[in-house]
Amino acid sequence: MRRTGAQIVWEMLKYEGVDVVFGHPGGAILSTYQARQEYGIRHILVRHEQAAAHAADGYARASGRVGVAMATSGPGATNLVTGIATAMMDSVPIVCITGQVPTSLIGSDAFQETDITGITLPITKHNYLVTDVADLAYAIHEAFYIARSGRPGPVLIDLPKDVQTAETDFVPPEGEVRLPGYRPVGPGDPEAVRRAAELINAAQRPVILAGHGILMSGAMEALRAFAEKTDTPVALTLLGKGAFPESHPLSLGMMGMHGEAYVNMAIQEADLLLAFGMRFDDRVTGKLEAYAPKSRKVHVDIDAAELNKNVPVDVAILGDVRQVLEQLLPLVEPASHQAWREEIEGWRADTRARDILNRPENGRLLAPHVIRAIWEATEGKAIVVTDVGQHQMWTAQYYALDWAYPFITSGGLGTMGFGLPAAIGAQIARPDHEVWAILGDGGFQMTLQELATVFQEKLPIRIALINNSYLGMVRQWQELFFDRRYESTHLLNPDFVRLAEAYGIRAWRATCRDEAQQIIAEARRHEGPVLLEFQVAEEGEEGTVYPMVPAGAALHEMLRRPVVQSS
Amino acid sequence: MERTLIALVEDKPGVLNRVASLFRRRAFNIESLTVGHTEQPGISRMTIVVDSNRTDAQKVAQNLYKLVNVIHVEDVTERPAVMRDLALIKVRANGQTRAEVLQIVETFRARVVDVALDTLMIEVTGTEEKVNGLVEVLRPFGIVEMVRTGRVAMLRGTA
Repeated sequence: MRRTGAQIVWEMLKYEGVDVVFGHPGGAILSTYQARQEYGIRHILVRHEQAAAHAADGYARASGRVGVAMATSGPGATNLVTGIATAMMDSVPIVCITGQVPTSLIGSDAFQETDITGITLPITKHNYLVTDVADLAYAIHEAFYIARSGRPGPVLIDLPKDVQTAETDFVPPEGEVRLPGYRPVGPGDPEAVRRAAELINAAQRPVILAGHGILMSGAMEALRAFAEKTDTPVALTLLGKGAFPESHPLSLGMMGMHGEAYVNMAIQEADLLLAFGMRFDDRVTGKLEAYAPKSRKVHVDIDAAELNKNVPVDVAILGDVRQVLEQLLPLVEPASHQAWREEIEGWRADTRARDILNRPENGRLLAPHVIRAIWEATEGKAIVVTDVGQHQMWTAQYYALDWAYPFITSGGLGTMGFGLPAAIGAQIARPDHEVWAILGDGGFQMTLQELATVFQEKLPIRIALINNSYLGMVRQWQELFFDRRYESTHLLNPDFVRLAEAYGIRAWRATCRDEAQQIIAEARRHEGPVLLEFQVAEEGEEGTVYPMVPAGAALHEMLRRPVVQSS
Repeated sequence: MERTLIALVEDKPGVLNRVASLFRRRAFNIESLTVGHTEQPGISRMTIVVDSNRTDAQKVAQNLYKLVNVIHVEDVTERPAVMRDLALIKVRANGQTRAEVLQIVETFRARVVDVALDTLMIEVTGTEEKVNGLVEVLRPFGIVEMVRTGRVAMLRGTA
C-alpha cells in the first residue's frame, strides 16, 4: 500500500489501538492533521500544547493505556516540555508527535524550528527524529512499545514536514520489536527473593511501602495477599494511592512529608521496610541519614538505577513487582504482628485527636471539610485528579481510596497547572465515570484556558476550586519558616464563578460547610461540566497542611497540628 | 581510584549525545570517554573511565542501561584487560637536543612520526602511566602541542 508519512501516522496509531489524540495543529504538523479524518481517530483540540501532554498523561493514568499528544514544531513542541517532564518523573506512558521543519532546513534556524529531540533528551525515555518515511512505521511501533513496557515513560517522535508528505510502501510492522539494548525485566533473581523472604519471616515490626509500581504492574491483589499473609501494615506513597484499600485494617495511608504522623513513626520504628515499586523520593524519606534507622530494607523495583540510589538496602530485587510478589508469596510464612500493630494504633489515636475534622464547628470553611464532603458525596468512588499544592496534600489525606483507581496527581515534578488538563484526559478515558478535578486557585490559573476545551467537548468534569487567595503551600512555608513574610504569594483573584460562566460552565460558590455540601449535591445533579468555588481559610493553623516534615528534617521530626484543649 | 567501563552501543545518530547528556544530567564525573567502531557493523564501543572517589561506576552502568541504545556495559577494572592510551606529542628538538630526545623515544618504545627543523612529532602507545612518564621527561625540552586519545580497553583471552 502506498501511503504518505501523514497517513502512516494514523495507520500506526490505529494499529497501536489509539482512539484519541490530544493536540493543537500548526504549520509543520498540518499535513498529518489533514489526513486524520480518513482514519476516524478522535482529536481533542486543547488551547495550549502543555495541556495536550497533561491530558495524554491523565488519559494514560486513568486507562492504563498509552496517551498520545500532538503538536507542531517550535513553540508547539516546546510547550509540550512541562507535560513530558511531568510524565517522565511519574513514569507515565505517553507518545508525543511533533511536526518539524523539512529535513533540508533542519539546522538553519528556519521559521518555527527548534531542536525538540535535543531539548527533550533528558526528559523522555527515548525519542526519535525520523528523517526517512520508510522508517516511520517501525519508529512509531517502537515508540509505543518503549513507552508502555518496563518502567513506562514518555517517548517523542519528531516528524519533519517532508517526511509527512513523502510516500512509501506501508507494511504494518510484524512481530516483536527488535531492540538489542532494551530488555524490560520480569521476575526477580530467585536467590535475592529467597534472602528477602528470610528477612520477612524474621521480622517483628515490618512495614510495606507501596508505590506507583504496584498500580502499573497490576500487583494490587498480590500485594493484598502478601500483606494479609504476613500481617504487615501498608503505607502508600502519593502515587501509590489506590494500590491498597485505605479502609483495610492493615492500611496506614500516605507516608512522607505530609503523611500522617503514625505512618512516619511506624516507618522510623520498623525493623523491616519492604519497598515495593517506589523510589525513596526525598519527599518520602526526609533526611536520609536519619531515615528508618532501625530497619533492614528490601527494595523491589523495575529500574536498576533506582536500587541503592537514595537508600542503601539489604536486599535489592530487580524485577516486575507483581511477579516478585508472586515469587515471594509461597516463601513467606503466615505471621501475626499483634503487638506491633497495637503500637501503631496507639500513635494513630493521637493523630485522630489532632484531626482538624474532629474539631467543633466554628463556622469557617476549611479545605479538609470540602475534600471530605466530596468523598462522602461520591462514596469515595470518583476518579480524583488534583493540581499541586496544599489542596493536593489535603486530597491525598482526606479522599481515601478503596479501589484500584489511580490517584491522578503530579507527584515527582509537582507541576502546577496539571490538574485541569489531566482531568480532561481522565474523563475522556473514562467517559462514564465521575471525575473530580480538585484544584487550587494558583495552579488552576496556570491552565484555566482549558475550560474552553471542557466546554467544547462537553466533558462532565466536576471542578472543585479550593480558593484561599494564596499560593497556599508557599505561603505555608513562609508562615512556618519565614516569620509570616508573605512574599509574592497573595493572589488578587478574578470572580471564578463569572469566569466559568463566561466559558459556558455552570458554577457555584460556597463559603461555609452547609453551602459546600449543598453545592456539591447540586453539582452532582447537573449533567454538564461544573465549577465549584470553595472559599476556605487563608492562613494560620486552619490554613496549613499538617503534619509536615520540614525540608531536611528527619521523618519523625514532624510539625504536628496542636491538640485542641477541650474547655 | 579509577574504574574502566566498556559500553557497546548502537551506532545511530545522537547516541554519543545521549550518553554525554546522561553524564551531565546525573552529575557524573568522567575522566575520559572514547568511541569507535567495532568488528560488528552497527555497533560502536565506548571506553569510559570514571574516578570512583567522585562517581559510583555501578551507578554509571545502571543509568547507561536506561538508554535504549545501550546494548551492554561491563566494568573491566578488576578483570584481566589490556588498557591503552595513544598520544601524539610535538616537542622542541634542535641540533643540540635532538639526539637526547631520540634516545628518550627509544627508551619508551615510542616512534618519531614527523621531523621538522626544530620539532619532532612522537607517537606513543601504552598505559596512561607510561604516556605520563614520557610526557614528564619531554616537558623540559618544550612540548609545543599534544593530543591524547583517552583510554581504550579490551579483556584478555577468549571471553
